Amino acid sequence: MIRFALAGLAANKVRSGLTMLGVLIGVASVILLLAVGNGSSAAVKNSITALGTNSLTVSSGAGGGARTASTVKKLTVEDARALADQANAPDVKSVAPVVTTSAAAVYGDISYTPGQVIGTYPAYFETANQKIATGDYFSNDDVLNSRKVAVIGSTTAKQVFDSEDPIGKKISLGGTPFTVVGVLATKGATGFNDPDDVVIAPLPTVQNAFTGFGSVSQILVQATSADTTTAAQSEITQILMGTHQLTDPSKLDFRVSNQTSLLSARESTSQTFTVLLGAVAAISLLVGGIGITNIMLVTVTERTREIGIRKALGAPKAVILGQFLTESTLLSVLGAGLGVAVGIIGSHFSVVGIKPVVIPSSVFGAFGIAVAIGLFFGSYPANRAASLRPIDALRHE
Amino acid sequence: MARRSRKPQPAAAVTPAGPPPPVIRVRGLTKSYGHGDATVHALRGPEDPVDGSPLGVDLDIEQGDFVAVMGSSGSGKSTLMNILGCLDVPTTGRYLLDGTDVGHLDEQQLSLVRNRKIGFIFQSFNLVPRTTAMAQVELPLAYAGVRAAERRRRAEAALALVGLADRADHKPNELSGGQQQRVAVARALVTAPAMLLADEPTGNLDSRSTEEVLAIIDGLNATGRTVVLITHENEVASHAKRVLRLVDGQIVSDLRQGPVDGPPPVLAARQSATRQAGQLIGGAR
Repeated sequence: MIRFALAGLAANKVRSGLTMLGVLIGVASVILLLAVGNGSSAAVKNSITALGTNSLTVSSGAGGGARTASTVKKLTVEDARALADQANAPDVKSVAPVVTTSAAAVYGDISYTPGQVIGTYPAYFETANQKIATGDYFSNDDVLNSRKVAVIGSTTAKQVFDSEDPIGKKISLGGTPFTVVGVLATKGATGFNDPDDVVIAPLPTVQNAFTGFGSVSQILVQATSADTTTAAQSEITQILMGTHQLTDPSKLDFRVSNQTSLLSARESTSQTFTVLLGAVAAISLLVGGIGITNIMLVTVTERTREIGIRKALGAPKAVILGQFLTESTLLSVLGAGLGVAVGIIGSHFSVVGIKPVVIPSSVFGAFGIAVAIGLFFGSYPANRAASLRPIDALRHE
Repeated sequence: MARRSRKPQPAAAVTPAGPPPPVIRVRGLTKSYGHGDATVHALRGPEDPVDGSPLGVDLDIEQGDFVAVMGSSGSGKSTLMNILGCLDVPTTGRYLLDGTDVGHLDEQQLSLVRNRKIGFIFQSFNLVPRTTAMAQVELPLAYAGVRAAERRRRAEAALALVGLADRADHKPNELSGGQQQRVAVARALVTAPAMLLADEPTGNLDSRSTEEVLAIIDGLNATGRTVVLITHENEVASHAKRVLRLVDGQIVSDLRQGPVDGPPPVLAARQSATRQAGQLIGGAR
């Protein structure tokens, strides 16, 4: 029976091939698009662990409720000092005020603008999960003495120094010379921005050269453990309400955000994205199924006479039905099989910076659905073929 | 071909014990198309002397007979053939095939009857495209559920009988018209059906192929196979033992040309001729 079906399909190679292509694209796109969606949420998960689950970010700005800009008190280094007080905030392990700016880095005749120039305390490295690959971190001593030293990210190092060893070299940031003391380990892009494209220098040095000694952009706080982040969060809120002279907890001029909650929001976004991609792919699979119906109808019409001959030779209805169902199922099985292969091969390439991660259930699911579609959409033409009266079928020209 | 069909000795093969029941018994058969005033009676039989309504065709065909049905186009001979072949159902009347009333059979049983009892030979060959001769002949056996090895053996025997053993792997488009029709004959006889139905089997063939195909059919009839053949050529009809003429859905003449249990007339004549020749040349064999 399968041999008959194969011969039937081989009789119209181009047509069968194109129909299979429809199913192939459907199945491959289901697998591939779901893998891309899954890959992007996996990347988000990775960046959660990369950022550290026990870090908290304090940033200025209205957390809730309308509030005019003039009444917003900016975060200052004093706020950071208050948070570092062990008596008031027992769950806070370390505090790092952060200022960010942008400046061109010049080395020799190379000028390159890194993504961010960050001024902070050494505690930042641990809190933000930034590890040194070569050289060393700058020290508290460097901060106290406003030394012009910097730690640079791996992307920046590659752009500015190419293959040269950056340690000990001087780069000019906005006219101020900085000595590179360390290069950070590569964290890898999360798909949205490059965390390796940074220059990190002591806070007072950056304030002196760029931002001035006013406010800071953020205060990065590390809780003593992942379990105490909630406690640390409320301690921070209490302390900052004190320093900012606020009484109403619903009208804060700062925000304490938990990295985990921030990223879980991003993860749910990427899940929505996955569902959307899956829906698009499912539609293309459905279109492939309709393609099968179309081709099988054409085949039935074209082979009406052959069906008549077979009936005259005594083929029972079930055999004719079986033959055409086998053909359509074979089309979908072959198409789906090739689609699975293409999907899995395709997922080895990264798409728009996202490394696709194949979901095994999507492979079986897409294959199963494609085969079911072949059976379902093939049954109508097959039934039509089997129900033909032999005399009508034989007379068909 | 003539040599091959000489092998079975017809006189010894057919020894009927008493009168066998007719293979085909048809009573009051009519077939009409359309409704009301536009009704066309493709088969009507004689008219009722009282109200003029068609009484239908009555027909008996004995086992081992070779019947030619003649008539111009539109005479109802193809309709008769389709009904006899269970491809079409009569409007009224009873049809007993080998003692079974096929009017009561459902679709499933009808396909079984077509498979087991009837072998078709069509004017346009009606071979399954893109299928080798061997597979064509195996097809009815496959539908009958015969096992592969047995199927192959019987298909080979049938192809050998029509002289196409060396063409078993050829597809229809690689065969001449005569060869295609011989494959169709092999396909029709491979299930050893009660009767062969041939609808103008030589209508699309040249005279040489016509000779070959008719010789095979003669030979099959000589071995006791019932044959119903539709034609409009007198030349072809001369091979039959009995000739029916249809005009406007009625049998207008029924002529017997040879005995039911003898060889077909043309073969009988040739046999007597070749027997004489064989005594001269082939004596040593």
